[in-house]
Amino acid sequence: MEQNMKVRGYKDEYYPPIPTRGTRFWRTNFMYQIYKFFRLNYKIMRIVVKGHS
Amino acid sequence: MKVVVLGAGVSGHTAAAFLKKKLGNKHEVVVVSPSKYYQWVPSNIWVGIGKMKVEQVRFDLNRVYHRWGIVFKQALVKAIFPEGDVGTSKGFVEIEYTCEENKGSREKVSYDFLVNATGPKLNFEATPGLGPGKNTLSVCTCDHAAHTWEELEKCIIRLKEGKRQRFLIGTGHPTATCQGAAFEYALNLAFLLRHKKLDHLAEITWITNEYELGDFGMAGAFIKRGGYYTSTKIFAESILSEYNIKWIKRAGVNKVEPGLVSYETLDGAYNTIEFDFAMLLPAFSGHGLKAYNKTGEDITAKVFAPNGFMYVDGDYVQKPFEEWNMKDWPQHYQSPTYKNIYAAGIAFAPPHSISKPMKSSNGTAIFPSPPRTGMPSGVIGKVVAENITDIIRKGVSVPRHTASMGRMGAACIISVGYGMTRGLGATMTVSPIVPDWEKYPDWGRDIHATVGEVGLAGHWIKLFLHYMFIHKAKGYPFWWLIPE
Repeated sequence: MEQNMKVRGYKDEYYPPIPTRGTRFWRTNFMYQIYKFFRLNYKIMRIVVKGHS
Repeated sequence: MKVVVLGAGVSGHTAAAFLKKKLGNKHEVVVVSPSKYYQWVPSNIWVGIGKMKVEQVRFDLNRVYHRWGIVFKQALVKAIFPEGDVGTSKGFVEIEYTCEENKGSREKVSYDFLVNATGPKLNFEATPGLGPGKNTLSVCTCDHAAHTWEELEKCIIRLKEGKRQRFLIGTGHPTATCQGAAFEYALNLAFLLRHKKLDHLAEITWITNEYELGDFGMAGAFIKRGGYYTSTKIFAESILSEYNIKWIKRAGVNKVEPGLVSYETLDGAYNTIEFDFAMLLPAFSGHGLKAYNKTGEDITAKVFAPNGFMYVDGDYVQKPFEEWNMKDWPQHYQSPTYKNIYAAGIAFAPPHSISKPMKSSNGTAIFPSPPRTGMPSGVIGKVVAENITDIIRKGVSVPRHTASMGRMGAACIISVGYGMTRGLGATMTVSPIVPDWEKYPDWGRDIHATVGEVGLAGHWIKLFLHYMFIHKAKGYPFWWLIPE
């Protein structure tokens, strides 16, 4: 978070979960994201194939 | 046999492509569209933030249709005569050419089968002061998106001069849909300004008619994540919060003046918000096509719903939200009145919304209309083509292929930024689009098929889909192997 959380206190944007440094690291980790790329494509293909007959 | 397809968007183009592929040269396929271009609408977001040029998201249809042997008429459809007229008993459509050579001239185009894939009319008029040329911007077409980028560039210059700028992104009508596109634009804008280190001077606000964020017009969804079944409300709020975007929800925009948006919230309050840059999506409606019977009597109300979309094989009996069922949704997209007419993509009339209808204490309906863009449009276009092909070639009397939104899933990839190493993407999948509470009593959907993830991979998928679908739409080798 770049903006001081105190400024946001008691506003809507204060309460949702914010990603940790670890989460942000994995979001851009090349090897992990290659795995995610194939996994997400597989999930999307499954629902595409199931969706019509 | 002659099949006429009205519209060359995602659904119409897909239908025309499969019709020609399956029917071959023995039968005629005619496409009528007012624009000579096909555009890949999901990538308009990147045009709107200056990361893609208009030419990258659209191409001339004439060359593709010429190669495929499809007759292309650049024209606007004015009326449908399903029973013909006094001179002919064959159905026809009356069109008015929009191309330079014979602009304004009219023609009657007869058909054996008709596919109405005219898409939505961008109903900016439904909100006074809304739209390009008035007080707000849009990314609904590539030209709108290019204009939006020009205006955004001016804001960036002002930010560089140290002037604060207020950005307002979201829905510009109490019942607008396509929240995903506006949401994507808001995130891309935030990413761009952060990248340019100008975000400290920018105030971005997301304004939406959703009851809760993450509804996206499909009543939200639940995602298995971090040991919890988490609502997409949390998912959407988390992303907005991360990018320092404020939000106003349950808001129906009712008027736009220069630099000022007026809106009503579900609790009945009337408010205003000032802006320097506003990208607000309009309501969608049908194109106002007319239909006439053999004697010239106006039968529009029999063929089209009051919102201008075409009745198909859905259950249009009005019933309360609690009694809605996924079986209400059409399967074959065939007109109940004229069996040789189909409506594909956004052109079909949904039996009801997916999100719960809400009214403010003043009686204003404030809730999202059901989304039918992208994947569902393509799938419906293909299924309609397969059913018409079966009838023509195999003589089947009942359509075999189905594509109910109560069975099909959808993937929504929301890009955040641009680039193979810097961009991110929020990937959301749901299955089915319309919750099936009988089959999935806990969450309404298959929880194992529902995904909500943020990462580079989502961005790669979005880029991959852009090039893949342009490849498919241009009819390059093995295009038919690429799924919708």
